[in-house]
Amino acid sequence: MSDTEILKTPLHALHLELGARMTPFAGYDMPVQYPPGILKEHLHTRAHAGLFDVSHMGQVVLRPKSGDLADAALALERLVPVDILGLAEGRQRYALFTNEAGGILDDLMVANRGDHLFVVVNAACKDADEAHLRAQLSDACEIERLDGRALLALQGPEAAAVLAAMAPESAEMRFMDVRALTLAGAACIVSRSGYSGEDGFEISVPDDAAVALARALLAHEAVEPIGLGARDSLRLEAGLCLYGSDLDPTTSPVEASLLWAMQKARRAGGVRAGGFPGAVRILDELANGASRRRVGLLPEGRAPVRGGAPIFAGEDDAEPIGTVTSGAFGPSLGGPMAMGYVPGDLAATGTRLFAEVRGKKLPVTVAAMPFVKSNYKRA
Amino acid sequence: MLKFTDDHEWLKIENGVATVGITAHATEQLGDLVFVELPEAGAEFEMGDTAATLESVKAATDVYAPLAGEIVESNAAIVDDPAIVNADPMGKGWFFKLKLADPSAADALMDEDAYKALVG
Repeated sequence: MSDTEILKTPLHALHLELGARMTPFAGYDMPVQYPPGILKEHLHTRAHAGLFDVSHMGQVVLRPKSGDLADAALALERLVPVDILGLAEGRQRYALFTNEAGGILDDLMVANRGDHLFVVVNAACKDADEAHLRAQLSDACEIERLDGRALLALQGPEAAAVLAAMAPESAEMRFMDVRALTLAGAACIVSRSGYSGEDGFEISVPDDAAVALARALLAHEAVEPIGLGARDSLRLEAGLCLYGSDLDPTTSPVEASLLWAMQKARRAGGVRAGGFPGAVRILDELANGASRRRVGLLPEGRAPVRGGAPIFAGEDDAEPIGTVTSGAFGPSLGGPMAMGYVPGDLAATGTRLFAEVRGKKLPVTVAAMPFVKSNYKRA
Repeated sequence: MLKFTDDHEWLKIENGVATVGITAHATEQLGDLVFVELPEAGAEFEMGDTAATLESVKAATDVYAPLAGEIVESNAAIVDDPAIVNADPMGKGWFFKLKLADPSAADALMDEDAYKALVG
Protein backbone atom coordinates (compact mmCIF):
# COMPACT_ATOMS: atom_id res chain seq x y z
CA MET A 1 0.00 0.00 0.00
CA SER A 2 1.11 3.59 -0.49
CA ASP A 3 1.70 5.78 2.54
CA THR A 4 -1.35 7.88 1.82
CA GLU A 5 -3.87 5.21 0.88
CA ILE A 6 -6.42 4.63 3.62
CA LEU A 7 -7.56 1.03 4.00
CA LYS A 8 -11.15 -0.10 4.48
CA THR A 9 -12.46 -3.15 6.28
CA PRO A 10 -15.15 -5.31 4.63
CA LEU A 11 -17.71 -3.58 6.91
CA HIS A 12 -16.82 -0.05 5.78
CA ALA A 13 -20.00 0.53 3.75
CA LEU A 14 -22.09 -0.88 6.60
CA HIS A 15 -20.52 1.58 9.05
CA LEU A 16 -21.48 4.46 6.76
CA GLU A 17 -24.99 3.08 6.36
CA LEU A 18 -25.27 2.92 10.18
CA GLY A 19 -24.31 6.60 10.43
CA ALA A 20 -20.84 6.13 11.88
CA ARG A 21 -18.42 8.99 12.26
CA MET A 22 -15.22 7.64 10.71
CA THR A 23 -11.63 8.33 11.72
CA PRO A 24 -8.25 7.10 10.49
CA PHE A 25 -6.80 4.49 12.87
CA ALA A 26 -3.69 2.40 12.18
CA GLY A 27 -4.06 3.09 8.46
CA TYR A 28 -7.77 2.15 8.31
CA ASP A 29 -10.86 4.30 8.05
CA MET A 30 -12.65 3.11 11.20
CA PRO A 31 -15.89 4.01 13.04
CA VAL A 32 -15.12 6.05 16.15
CA GLN A 33 -18.79 6.30 17.10
CA TYR A 34 -22.32 5.81 15.79
CA PRO A 35 -25.24 8.23 16.23
CA PRO A 36 -25.97 7.31 19.90
CA GLY A 37 -22.44 8.43 20.88
CA ILE A 38 -19.61 6.97 22.94
CA LEU A 39 -21.34 7.24 26.33
CA LYS A 40 -24.50 5.36 25.30
CA GLU A 41 -22.53 2.82 23.24
CA HIS A 42 -20.31 2.07 26.23
CA LEU A 43 -23.25 1.64 28.61
CA HIS A 44 -25.16 -0.46 26.05
CA THR A 45 -22.22 -2.88 25.81
CA ARG A 46 -22.10 -3.30 29.60
CA ALA A 47 -25.89 -3.79 29.80
CA HIS A 48 -26.65 -5.79 26.62
CA ALA A 49 -24.28 -6.52 23.73
CA GLY A 50 -22.10 -4.50 21.38
CA LEU A 51 -20.73 -5.42 17.96
CA PHE A 52 -17.24 -4.10 17.16
CA ASP A 53 -15.40 -4.20 13.84
CA VAL A 54 -11.81 -5.09 14.66
CA SER A 55 -10.95 -6.30 11.16
CA HIS A 56 -7.96 -3.96 11.08
CA MET A 57 -6.16 -6.33 13.45
CA GLY A 58 -3.75 -8.88 12.00
CA GLN A 59 -4.58 -12.59 11.83
CA VAL A 60 -1.67 -14.97 11.30
CA VAL A 61 -1.45 -18.75 11.11
CA LEU A 62 1.71 -20.61 12.14
CA ARG A 63 1.93 -24.18 10.82
CA PRO A 64 4.71 -26.49 12.01
CA LYS A 65 6.82 -27.69 9.07
CA SER A 66 7.31 -30.97 10.93
CA GLY A 67 3.57 -31.51 11.30
CA ASP A 68 4.01 -31.59 15.07
CA LEU A 69 2.35 -28.58 16.74
CA ALA A 70 4.83 -28.74 19.62
CA ASP A 71 7.52 -27.60 17.17
CA ALA A 72 5.52 -24.48 16.28
CA ALA A 73 4.81 -23.84 19.96
CA LEU A 74 8.48 -24.14 20.91
CA ALA A 75 9.44 -21.90 17.98
CA LEU A 76 6.98 -19.18 19.06
CA GLU A 77 8.31 -19.45 22.62
CA ARG A 78 11.60 -18.05 21.25
CA LEU A 79 9.77 -14.71 20.80
CA VAL A 80 7.46 -14.53 23.85
CA PRO A 81 7.98 -14.96 27.64
CA VAL A 82 4.86 -17.12 27.63
CA ASP A 83 4.12 -20.85 27.94
CA ILE A 84 2.86 -21.79 24.46
CA LEU A 85 3.75 -25.49 24.65
CA GLY A 86 1.43 -25.84 27.63
CA LEU A 87 -1.49 -24.24 25.79
CA ALA A 88 -4.07 -26.98 25.27
CA GLU A 89 -5.87 -27.55 21.97
CA GLY A 90 -8.89 -25.26 21.71
CA ARG A 91 -7.46 -22.73 24.17
CA GLN A 92 -6.17 -19.19 23.72
CA ARG A 93 -3.70 -17.16 25.74
CA TYR A 94 -2.45 -13.54 25.92
CA ALA A 95 1.20 -13.09 24.92
CA LEU A 96 3.86 -10.43 24.29
CA PHE A 97 6.57 -10.15 21.65
CA THR A 98 9.63 -8.84 23.48
CA ASN A 99 12.82 -7.28 22.10
CA GLU A 100 16.46 -7.78 23.12
CA ALA A 101 16.18 -4.86 25.55
CA GLY A 102 13.26 -6.58 27.31
CA GLY A 103 10.73 -4.11 25.91
CA ILE A 104 7.41 -5.03 24.30
CA LEU A 105 7.12 -5.09 20.49
CA ASP A 106 3.41 -5.96 20.52
CA ASP A 107 0.79 -7.77 22.56
CA LEU A 108 -1.15 -10.57 20.95
CA MET A 109 -3.48 -13.52 21.37
CA VAL A 110 -2.30 -17.04 20.57
CA ALA A 111 -4.70 -19.95 20.07
CA ASN A 112 -3.93 -23.66 19.76
CA ARG A 113 -6.03 -24.86 16.81
CA GLY A 114 -4.78 -28.47 16.87
CA ASP A 115 -2.61 -28.54 13.76
CA HIS A 116 -1.63 -24.85 13.81
CA LEU A 117 -1.34 -21.79 16.02
CA PHE A 118 -3.70 -18.89 15.31
CA VAL A 119 -2.31 -15.49 16.28
CA VAL A 120 -4.10 -12.11 16.45
CA VAL A 121 -1.91 -8.98 16.61
CA ASN A 122 -2.45 -5.22 16.69
CA ALA A 123 -3.23 -3.40 13.46
CA ALA A 124 -0.43 -0.87 13.76
CA CYS A 125 2.14 -3.63 14.36
CA LYS A 126 0.96 -6.33 11.98
CA ASP A 127 3.46 -5.74 9.19
CA ALA A 128 6.38 -5.59 11.62
CA ASP A 129 5.06 -8.63 13.50
CA GLU A 130 4.77 -10.63 10.29
CA ALA A 131 8.33 -9.70 9.30
CA HIS A 132 9.52 -10.63 12.80
CA LEU A 133 7.79 -14.03 12.62
CA ARG A 134 9.19 -14.72 9.14
CA ALA A 135 12.70 -13.71 10.16
CA GLN A 136 12.72 -15.71 13.37
CA LEU A 137 10.45 -18.74 12.83
CA SER A 138 10.70 -19.67 9.15
CA ASP A 139 12.96 -22.61 10.04
CA ALA A 140 10.14 -24.27 11.96
CA CYS A 141 6.89 -22.76 10.68
CA GLU A 142 4.95 -21.90 7.56
CA ILE A 143 3.68 -18.38 8.22
CA GLU A 144 0.46 -17.27 6.58
CA ARG A 145 -1.22 -13.92 7.09
CA LEU A 146 -4.99 -14.19 6.76
CA ASP A 147 -5.70 -10.95 4.91
CA GLY A 148 -8.97 -12.30 3.54
CA ARG A 149 -10.69 -12.49 6.92
CA ALA A 150 -12.57 -9.89 8.92
CA LEU A 151 -12.67 -9.88 12.73
CA LEU A 152 -15.81 -9.02 14.68
CA ALA A 153 -16.11 -8.75 18.46
CA LEU A 154 -19.45 -9.35 20.14
CA GLN A 155 -19.19 -8.17 23.75
CA GLY A 156 -21.54 -7.83 26.69
CA PRO A 157 -23.71 -9.84 29.07
CA GLU A 158 -26.18 -10.78 26.30
CA ALA A 159 -23.48 -11.81 23.80
CA ALA A 160 -23.69 -15.46 24.81
CA ALA A 161 -27.45 -15.65 24.28
CA VAL A 162 -27.17 -13.91 20.91
CA LEU A 163 -24.47 -16.27 19.66
CA ALA A 164 -26.20 -19.35 21.10
CA ALA A 165 -29.25 -18.50 18.98
CA MET A 166 -27.03 -18.82 15.88
CA ALA A 167 -24.76 -21.65 17.08
CA PRO A 168 -26.07 -23.50 20.18
CA GLU A 169 -22.69 -25.22 20.75
CA SER A 170 -21.12 -21.80 21.50
CA ALA A 171 -22.84 -21.98 24.92
CA GLU A 172 -20.38 -24.72 25.95
CA MET A 173 -17.39 -22.43 25.47
CA ARG A 174 -15.76 -20.79 28.46
CA PHE A 175 -13.40 -17.79 28.67
CA MET A 176 -10.45 -18.22 26.25
CA ASP A 177 -11.88 -21.30 24.50
CA VAL A 178 -11.48 -21.30 20.71
CA ARG A 179 -13.39 -23.37 18.19
CA ALA A 180 -14.65 -23.46 14.63
CA LEU A 181 -18.32 -22.53 14.33
CA THR A 182 -20.62 -22.00 11.37
CA LEU A 183 -22.32 -18.62 11.79
CA ALA A 184 -24.83 -17.31 9.24
CA GLY A 185 -23.56 -20.01 6.88
CA ALA A 186 -19.91 -18.94 7.14
CA ALA A 187 -17.00 -20.97 8.50
CA CYS A 188 -15.75 -18.92 11.45
CA ILE A 189 -13.05 -19.23 14.10
CA VAL A 190 -14.57 -18.07 17.38
CA SER A 191 -12.87 -17.36 20.70
CA ARG A 192 -14.69 -16.56 23.92
CA SER A 193 -12.70 -13.43 24.63
CA GLY A 194 -12.53 -9.75 23.91
CA TYR A 195 -11.20 -6.48 25.22
CA SER A 196 -14.12 -4.90 27.04
CA GLY A 197 -14.02 -6.70 30.40
CA GLU A 198 -17.32 -8.33 29.48
CA ASP A 199 -18.16 -11.86 28.47
CA GLY A 200 -18.15 -12.14 24.70
CA PHE A 201 -16.64 -13.50 21.54
CA GLU A 202 -14.17 -12.58 18.83
CA ILE A 203 -15.17 -13.98 15.46
CA SER A 204 -12.82 -14.43 12.51
CA VAL A 205 -15.01 -14.60 9.39
CA PRO A 206 -14.18 -14.67 5.66
CA ASP A 207 -14.36 -11.16 4.14
CA ASP A 208 -17.17 -12.08 1.77
CA ALA A 209 -19.38 -13.29 4.63
CA ALA A 210 -18.59 -10.52 7.11
CA VAL A 211 -21.39 -8.10 6.24
CA ALA A 212 -24.05 -10.83 6.30
CA LEU A 213 -22.81 -12.01 9.70
CA ALA A 214 -22.69 -8.47 11.08
CA ARG A 215 -26.23 -7.84 9.87
CA ALA A 216 -27.43 -11.12 11.39
CA LEU A 217 -25.91 -10.17 14.75
CA LEU A 218 -27.26 -6.60 14.58
CA ALA A 219 -30.73 -8.02 13.87
CA HIS A 220 -30.89 -9.09 17.52
CA GLU A 221 -32.59 -6.51 19.69
CA ALA A 222 -29.75 -6.73 22.24
CA VAL A 223 -27.00 -5.86 19.76
CA GLU A 224 -25.91 -2.35 18.74
CA PRO A 225 -22.83 -1.35 16.70
CA ILE A 226 -20.07 0.12 18.88
CA GLY A 227 -17.19 2.33 17.72
CA LEU A 228 -13.55 2.64 18.68
CA GLY A 229 -14.35 5.44 21.16
CA ALA A 230 -16.34 3.15 23.44
CA ARG A 231 -13.92 0.29 22.79
CA ASP A 232 -11.25 2.48 24.38
CA SER A 233 -13.28 3.49 27.45
CA LEU A 234 -14.40 -0.13 27.94
CA ARG A 235 -10.86 -1.52 27.82
CA LEU A 236 -9.59 1.18 30.17
CA GLU A 237 -12.31 0.45 32.72
CA ALA A 238 -11.27 -3.20 32.41
CA GLY A 239 -7.64 -2.22 33.18
CA LEU A 240 -6.42 -3.54 29.82
CA CYS A 241 -3.42 -2.06 28.01
CA LEU A 242 -3.49 -0.32 24.65
CA TYR A 243 -0.32 -1.04 22.71
CA GLY A 244 1.38 2.20 21.65
CA SER A 245 -0.05 4.06 24.66
CA ASP A 246 0.45 1.85 27.71
CA LEU A 247 3.00 -0.55 26.19
CA ASP A 248 5.92 0.21 23.89
CA PRO A 249 9.40 -1.08 22.94
CA THR A 250 10.96 0.50 26.04
CA THR A 251 8.44 -0.96 28.51
CA SER A 252 9.10 -4.38 29.98
CA PRO A 253 6.34 -6.84 30.89
CA VAL A 254 7.26 -6.50 34.59
CA GLU A 255 7.08 -2.70 34.42
CA ALA A 256 3.74 -3.09 32.64
CA SER A 257 2.41 -5.22 35.55
CA LEU A 258 1.79 -8.10 33.15
CA LEU A 259 3.34 -10.73 35.44
CA TRP A 260 0.20 -12.86 35.07
CA ALA A 261 1.00 -13.25 31.36
CA MET A 262 4.36 -14.95 32.10
CA GLN A 263 3.77 -18.50 33.28
CA LYS A 264 6.02 -20.46 35.65
CA ALA A 265 7.51 -22.59 32.85
CA ARG A 266 9.33 -19.56 31.38
CA ARG A 267 10.49 -18.01 34.67
CA ALA A 268 13.69 -18.75 36.59
CA GLY A 269 13.54 -22.35 37.77
CA GLY A 270 10.84 -23.22 35.20
CA VAL A 271 11.14 -26.14 32.77
CA ARG A 272 11.80 -23.76 29.85
CA ALA A 273 13.13 -20.74 31.74
CA GLY A 274 14.29 -17.80 29.62
CA GLY A 275 15.04 -18.31 25.95
CA PHE A 276 13.05 -15.26 24.79
CA PRO A 277 14.37 -11.83 23.73
CA GLY A 278 15.28 -9.66 26.70
CA ALA A 279 15.22 -12.59 29.12
CA VAL A 280 18.14 -11.23 31.15
CA ARG A 281 16.31 -8.02 32.02
CA ILE A 282 12.88 -9.59 32.39
CA LEU A 283 14.01 -12.46 34.65
CA ASP A 284 15.99 -9.98 36.74
CA GLU A 285 12.93 -7.75 37.13
CA LEU A 286 10.79 -10.77 38.02
CA ALA A 287 13.24 -11.57 40.82
CA ASN A 288 14.13 -8.06 42.01
CA GLY A 289 11.29 -5.83 40.85
CA ALA A 290 11.25 -3.12 38.20
CA SER A 291 12.17 0.51 38.76
CA ARG A 292 8.72 1.64 37.57
CA ARG A 293 5.31 0.02 37.43
CA ARG A 294 2.07 0.50 35.54
CA VAL A 295 -0.66 1.38 38.00
CA GLY A 296 -4.29 2.44 37.95
CA LEU A 297 -4.98 6.05 38.93
CA LEU A 298 -8.25 7.53 40.14
CA PRO A 299 -8.44 11.35 39.93
CA GLU A 300 -10.27 12.82 42.91
CA GLY A 301 -12.37 15.37 41.04
CA ARG A 302 -14.40 15.05 37.86
CA ALA A 303 -11.70 16.33 35.49
CA PRO A 304 -10.39 13.58 33.20
CA VAL A 305 -6.61 13.12 33.28
CA ARG A 306 -5.42 12.15 29.78
CA GLY A 307 -2.46 10.26 28.41
CA GLY A 308 0.73 12.32 28.48
CA ALA A 309 -0.04 14.13 31.74
CA PRO A 310 3.04 14.23 34.00
CA ILE A 311 2.73 12.68 37.48
CA PHE A 312 4.27 14.28 40.58
CA ALA A 313 4.88 12.87 44.06
CA GLY A 314 4.11 16.19 45.75
CA GLU A 315 1.82 19.06 44.87
CA ASP A 316 4.70 21.56 44.84
CA ASP A 317 7.27 19.33 43.14
CA ALA A 318 8.88 20.60 39.95
CA GLU A 319 10.20 17.26 38.68
CA PRO A 320 7.68 14.64 37.49
CA ILE A 321 8.13 11.06 38.72
CA GLY A 322 5.98 9.42 36.06
CA THR A 323 3.54 9.81 33.18
CA VAL A 324 -0.09 8.99 32.53
CA THR A 325 -0.33 6.68 29.50
CA SER A 326 -4.12 6.39 29.14
CA GLY A 327 -6.88 8.39 30.73
CA ALA A 328 -10.56 8.98 30.12
CA PHE A 329 -13.94 9.36 31.72
CA GLY A 330 -15.36 5.94 32.62
CA PRO A 331 -19.06 5.90 31.78
CA SER A 332 -19.76 2.84 33.95
CA LEU A 333 -17.37 4.02 36.66
CA GLY A 334 -19.11 7.40 36.63
CA GLY A 335 -15.87 9.33 36.87
CA PRO A 336 -12.41 9.78 35.47
CA MET A 337 -9.81 7.00 35.45
CA ALA A 338 -6.29 6.62 34.17
CA MET A 339 -3.26 4.38 34.07
CA GLY A 340 0.35 5.35 34.05
CA TYR A 341 3.89 4.54 35.15
CA VAL A 342 5.30 5.47 38.57
CA PRO A 343 8.40 4.41 40.55
CA GLY A 344 8.06 1.05 42.31
CA ASP A 345 8.08 2.65 45.78
CA LEU A 346 5.08 4.84 44.86
CA ALA A 347 3.07 2.05 43.23
CA ALA A 348 1.18 0.79 46.29
CA THR A 349 -2.61 1.02 46.13
CA GLY A 350 -3.79 4.09 48.03
CA THR A 351 -0.68 6.19 47.34
CA ARG A 352 -1.69 9.80 46.74
CA LEU A 353 0.03 11.48 43.79
CA PHE A 354 -0.65 14.47 41.52
CA ALA A 355 -1.23 14.66 37.77
CA GLU A 356 -0.81 17.95 35.95
CA VAL A 357 -3.74 19.02 33.80
CA ARG A 358 -3.76 22.45 32.15
CA GLY A 359 -1.10 23.68 34.57
CA LYS A 360 -2.91 22.48 37.70
CA LYS A 361 -1.76 19.56 39.82
CA LEU A 362 -4.82 17.41 40.47
CA PRO A 363 -4.76 14.77 43.21
CA VAL A 364 -4.91 11.16 41.99
CA THR A 365 -4.82 7.94 44.01
CA VAL A 366 -3.12 4.71 42.95
CA ALA A 367 -5.95 2.21 42.57
CA ALA A 368 -6.40 -1.47 41.82
CA MET A 369 -7.56 -2.43 38.34
CA PRO A 370 -9.94 -3.29 36.77
CA PHE A 371 -11.84 -0.11 37.61
CA VAL A 372 -15.09 -1.88 36.75
CA LYS A 373 -15.54 -5.53 37.73
CA SER A 374 -14.88 -7.88 34.82
CA ASN A 375 -17.57 -10.31 33.78
CA TYR A 376 -15.74 -13.16 32.02
CA LYS A 377 -17.28 -16.63 31.61
CA ARG A 378 -14.65 -18.52 33.60
CA ALA A 379 -16.71 -21.39 35.01
CA MET B 1 -29.64 40.19 20.06
CA LEU B 2 -28.31 36.74 19.13
CA LYS B 3 -24.78 36.46 17.69
CA PHE B 4 -22.45 33.60 16.74
CA THR B 5 -18.71 33.02 16.36
CA ASP B 6 -16.59 30.90 14.02
CA ASP B 7 -15.82 28.73 17.07
CA HIS B 8 -19.49 27.70 17.31
CA GLU B 9 -20.32 29.79 20.34
CA TRP B 10 -23.54 31.78 20.68
CA LEU B 11 -24.07 35.06 22.52
CA LYS B 12 -27.42 36.38 23.68
CA ILE B 13 -26.77 40.06 24.41
CA GLU B 14 -29.01 42.08 26.73
CA ASN B 15 -28.05 45.43 28.27
CA GLY B 16 -24.36 44.96 27.52
CA VAL B 17 -24.18 41.48 29.10
CA ALA B 18 -23.69 38.45 26.84
CA THR B 19 -24.92 35.01 27.91
CA VAL B 20 -22.51 32.63 26.17
CA GLY B 21 -22.84 28.98 25.22
CA ILE B 22 -21.96 26.56 22.43
CA THR B 23 -24.23 25.70 19.53
CA ALA B 24 -26.04 22.44 18.87
CA HIS B 25 -23.64 21.92 15.97
CA ALA B 26 -20.71 22.13 18.42
CA THR B 27 -22.25 19.64 20.85
CA GLU B 28 -22.86 17.20 18.00
CA GLN B 29 -19.21 17.43 17.04
CA LEU B 30 -17.95 17.09 20.62
CA GLY B 31 -20.21 14.26 21.69
CA ASP B 32 -21.24 13.59 25.28
CA LEU B 33 -19.69 16.07 27.68
CA VAL B 34 -18.43 14.68 30.99
CA PHE B 35 -16.64 17.66 32.52
CA VAL B 36 -16.98 21.43 32.37
CA GLU B 37 -14.63 23.95 33.96
CA LEU B 38 -15.99 27.51 34.08
CA PRO B 39 -14.43 30.86 34.96
CA GLU B 40 -15.24 32.53 38.26
CA ALA B 41 -17.21 35.74 38.55
CA GLY B 42 -14.87 38.69 38.29
CA ALA B 43 -12.48 37.03 35.84
CA GLU B 44 -11.58 39.32 32.94
CA PHE B 45 -10.82 38.15 29.41
CA GLU B 46 -9.65 39.57 26.14
CA MET B 47 -11.36 38.29 23.01
CA GLY B 48 -10.00 34.83 22.16
CA ASP B 49 -8.68 34.01 25.65
CA THR B 50 -9.51 30.54 26.93
CA ALA B 51 -12.45 31.12 29.28
CA ALA B 52 -13.72 27.59 29.90
CA THR B 53 -12.70 23.99 29.25
CA LEU B 54 -14.92 21.13 28.15
CA GLU B 55 -14.13 17.44 28.18
CA SER B 56 -16.07 14.88 26.21
CA VAL B 57 -15.54 11.16 26.77
CA LYS B 58 -12.79 11.37 24.20
CA ALA B 59 -11.03 14.74 24.36
CA ALA B 60 -10.66 18.21 25.87
CA THR B 61 -11.78 21.40 24.11
CA ASP B 62 -11.31 25.06 25.02
CA VAL B 63 -14.10 27.62 24.99
CA TYR B 64 -12.87 31.09 24.10
CA ALA B 65 -14.10 34.44 25.30
CA PRO B 66 -16.05 35.58 22.21
CA LEU B 67 -15.46 39.23 23.10
CA ALA B 68 -13.52 41.13 25.76
CA GLY B 69 -15.27 41.48 29.11
CA GLU B 70 -15.73 40.44 32.72
CA ILE B 71 -17.53 37.34 33.97
CA VAL B 72 -20.56 38.23 36.07
CA GLU B 73 -21.99 34.71 36.50
CA SER B 74 -21.19 31.07 35.60
CA ASN B 75 -23.71 28.24 35.21
CA ALA B 76 -23.03 25.93 38.16
CA ALA B 77 -25.72 23.51 36.96
CA ILE B 78 -23.64 22.35 33.98
CA VAL B 79 -20.60 21.77 36.22
CA ASP B 80 -22.72 19.36 38.29
CA ASP B 81 -24.30 17.77 35.22
CA PRO B 82 -22.45 18.39 31.93
CA ALA B 83 -25.10 16.39 30.03
CA ILE B 84 -27.34 19.50 30.27
CA VAL B 85 -25.14 21.08 27.59
CA ASN B 86 -25.80 18.21 25.18
CA ALA B 87 -29.52 18.21 25.98
CA ASP B 88 -30.15 21.97 25.72
CA PRO B 89 -27.09 23.79 24.35
CA MET B 90 -28.92 27.02 23.47
CA GLY B 91 -30.94 27.17 26.69
CA LYS B 92 -30.20 25.58 30.09
CA GLY B 93 -26.73 24.63 28.85
CA TRP B 94 -25.37 28.21 28.85
CA PHE B 95 -21.81 28.65 30.16
CA PHE B 96 -21.30 32.13 31.55
CA LYS B 97 -22.48 35.73 31.44
CA LEU B 98 -19.92 38.21 30.19
CA LYS B 99 -20.22 41.98 30.82
CA LEU B 100 -18.88 43.29 27.53
CA ALA B 101 -16.05 45.80 27.61
CA ASP B 102 -17.33 47.23 24.32
CA PRO B 103 -20.90 46.15 23.44
CA SER B 104 -20.55 47.60 19.93
CA ALA B 105 -17.83 45.00 19.19
CA ALA B 106 -20.64 42.44 18.92
CA ASP B 107 -21.72 44.03 15.65
CA ALA B 108 -18.78 42.28 13.96
CA LEU B 109 -20.05 38.80 14.91
CA MET B 110 -22.33 36.66 12.75
CA ASP B 111 -26.08 36.80 12.98
CA GLU B 112 -28.16 33.62 12.99
CA ASP B 113 -28.59 33.48 9.20
CA ALA B 114 -24.85 33.85 8.61
CA TYR B 115 -24.09 31.13 11.17
CA LYS B 116 -26.63 28.76 9.63
CA ALA B 117 -24.98 29.33 6.27
CA LEU B 118 -21.59 28.51 7.85
CA VAL B 119 -22.63 25.15 9.31
CA GLY B 120 -24.86 24.25 6.39
